[in-house]
Amino acid sequence: MQAPSTFHAPRRVRRCGPTTEPLFVRWLLIAAALVFLGLFLVVPLIAVFAGAFAKGVGHYFHTLADPMTVSAIKLTLLTAAIVVPLNCVFGVVAAWAIAKFDFPFKNILTTLIDLPFAVSPVIAGLIYVLVFGAQGWFGPWLIAHNIRIIFAVPGIVLATLFVTFPFVARELIPLMQAQGRTEEEAARVLGASGWQTFWRVTLPNIKWGLLYGVILCNARAMGEFGAVSVVSGHIQGVTDTMPLHIEVLYQGYDSAGAFAVASLLAFLALVTIALKAWVEGKGAALHPPEEKISA
Amino acid sequence: MKKFKVLPGFKLTLGCTLFYLGLIVLIPLAATFGKTASLSLAQFWRAVASPDALAAFRLSFGVSFFAALANLVFGLLVAWVLVRYQFWGRRLMDALVDLPFALPTAVAGISLAAVYAENGWVGRWFAPFGIKISYTSLGIFVALTFVGLPFVVRTVQPVLEEFDVEIEEAAATLGANRWKTFWRVILPMVMPALLTGFALAFARALGEYGSVVFISSNIPMKSQIVPLLIMNKLNQFDYAGATALAVVMLVISFLFLFAINYLQWRSSRHRVQP
Repeated sequence: MQAPSTFHAPRRVRRCGPTTEPLFVRWLLIAAALVFLGLFLVVPLIAVFAGAFAKGVGHYFHTLADPMTVSAIKLTLLTAAIVVPLNCVFGVVAAWAIAKFDFPFKNILTTLIDLPFAVSPVIAGLIYVLVFGAQGWFGPWLIAHNIRIIFAVPGIVLATLFVTFPFVARELIPLMQAQGRTEEEAARVLGASGWQTFWRVTLPNIKWGLLYGVILCNARAMGEFGAVSVVSGHIQGVTDTMPLHIEVLYQGYDSAGAFAVASLLAFLALVTIALKAWVEGKGAALHPPEEKISA
Repeated sequence: MKKFKVLPGFKLTLGCTLFYLGLIVLIPLAATFGKTASLSLAQFWRAVASPDALAAFRLSFGVSFFAALANLVFGLLVAWVLVRYQFWGRRLMDALVDLPFALPTAVAGISLAAVYAENGWVGRWFAPFGIKISYTSLGIFVALTFVGLPFVVRTVQPVLEEFDVEIEEAAATLGANRWKTFWRVILPMVMPALLTGFALAFARALGEYGSVVFISSNIPMKSQIVPLLIMNKLNQFDYAGATALAVVMLVISFLFLFAINYLQWRSSRHRVQP
């Protein structure tokens, strides 16, 4: 038989009987689902790679070797290299506080952590303009001290921090809550220090959930467009990330070039979902212990 | 309820969490509301109730609603097929559902615009019937359906997986046919998850910017969504107008967040005691 579906214990699929549909209905539903996913996911995905090579391999590599493209790639990698570790550490710290202790207004705190998911990317950029921009709260002070945040790299990092803020935390909080605190308490009673408890007991328990969050956080950090677009100022070679560079090329009628850069991000997306599926396969750990037993 | 705390680091971790949350999320959001407070009511009203703003709100809500609705129907279908049927390529299909989460919106935008253009791979099949997709509101619908696609599937899937087949067997024993079982037994059980997914997809579609700018013609009053209007106001240095619109959108988003949390709380309660 086939491998079990991603999350839960394998379920035996009945091929006939009173709790399934006639064969032709089944085939009709499968076909409809495949057509829907094909039109919305598969065709656009293939189109990215087809578009990238529309003007030949030469143009593809010429675009990728262009100094502007290289600088965009570097900025995207730099942003992710700052944002992902910061939000990763925050996610672990927040999950530790929320999952291992009782305190009032815990639900409100959890909701606040999720808040960035509900905010439009454009607004995520706007709020930093209102704080650090020329007309913002700290604007005059920043200008007086000659510090640039908006229309510079720090703004891009801040906006990306905001949009990827909840990814790791929201993965770890339910996981660590489900695991409870008994294992850590046992470690403490047996004489382990706080750090030892974390490194030897907690971290091995949450590693798959953590990896899962980091993968998603990284994908979003590298691909963010709206928020970064507001704070970047679009200075080519300085504040253009890869998604912004795609827009520049596309609006410059170099659609093959835009798709060439896009193909790198599409490849990253494919790696991301492959890794995600792999982690989910590993991660009975992603789920509460009682489900682990049945799996 | 006072318990002796065995585990260390409560004050440290909670302090760090609150500090970082405040720095990155709460203070900037508060700044936005503070900025709005500095506007006069007339200024605020002029920005929010101007004809182009009203047209943008109408378009954003209308198209997002229909995109979320399409996701509701097809998301349920995809989740059902993935959970209940075995077929070749099921695992691949399951993994692919997450593509909109992983694919940057700008990439999705240029790709969908190309595929659904009049001479594109999909668009050319609609062109003979006089249906244009890219650069119309239908194009915005396609982009918003794309970005919201995983939500319904991923909220409904676990509920269907946990679904006790014995209930369906009972329905069959009592004489219900499959269709009746679906409407009267399965659908009510899935409903909270379905609504959660709908609300998530709706909320996501309302805020979406990246994919839409490429596939929409972005004509003011006609095909300009709210995030794009905010962007245009920013580019014209109309910070007051942009902030006023942003605050309206933020309030709506927060209402959605509460609704979603409520639905999730209900659906989890539902699942504990079926």
